[in-house]
Amino acid sequence: MSVLLDDRDWFANHVLSLLPDLLGTARRLTGNVADAEDLVAEAVARAWINRGALQHRDRFRGWTFRILTNLFLEQRRAEIAHPIETSLEAVSDDFSLFERIHQPFLLWWGDTEREFLDRVFREDFERALDGLPECHRVVVTLADIRGLRYKEIADLLRVPIGTVRSRLARGRSLLQRALWDHALDAGLKGIPSGRSSLP
Amino acid sequence: MSNASIITCEEALTLLAEYLDGELEHADRSSLEHHLAICRACYSRAEFERLLRERLAPLGSEPPTPAFAQRIRSMIERFSL
Repeated sequence: MSVLLDDRDWFANHVLSLLPDLLGTARRLTGNVADAEDLVAEAVARAWINRGALQHRDRFRGWTFRILTNLFLEQRRAEIAHPIETSLEAVSDDFSLFERIHQPFLLWWGDTEREFLDRVFREDFERALDGLPECHRVVVTLADIRGLRYKEIADLLRVPIGTVRSRLARGRSLLQRALWDHALDAGLKGIPSGRSSLP
Repeated sequence: MSNASIITCEEALTLLAEYLDGELEHADRSSLEHHLAICRACYSRAEFERLLRERLAPLGSEPPTPAFAQRIRSMIERFSL
């Protein structure tokens, strides 16, 4: 017998405590607030309907996140796994924020990389991540925000593990380029002089 | 960048992302850790990439608006047992 069949209060309390994390993940996956809220609501409803399948209450968190991710992928898997070729697909994945910021001659006196990150706000990261093509944003979200293994992501998307590696590398590269571009636009102090031109 | 005794900086950088993701096999992990222990430039880069991941992780949590929290509460109250 399920551990949740007759315990709506337990279910409600745990869903509400998970709500920020469910919403944050949904927000990153969908890229917008309205779709994220609908996705979370649908995931909660499906969790309740399928509560009989949950054997241990301490697995509720992971189980609920799986439902949320699978629901999202049910609608978007085909487009994410096999995106239409765009010009972004041809962008190389070797852009490195570190190489733009790092100043070897300051090795012993300063930490320009940390100082740079200290000047980048959460909204800057959000904008950069939201701006990624969906096929990259989803892989970066699953790896860097949800902490899934490459194999888990490959299984979820039904793509080879090598595709996960390359999408992740390209996604992170694009993210770092977006952060760099934003830093230049914002005129952030601390960017080493003479390094402000992109190739 | 300096040369390491076991792997080069170039080889270290190709392993770095998988190392930080906890995806490297033991042998590669040991080689990379040895390299990071003796190469300041690669160590700095590894630290930067790790910090970048740390800054991304909180994006997975977002406070719901009161209206959305109420929407979820009301929905659960309507679930039938």
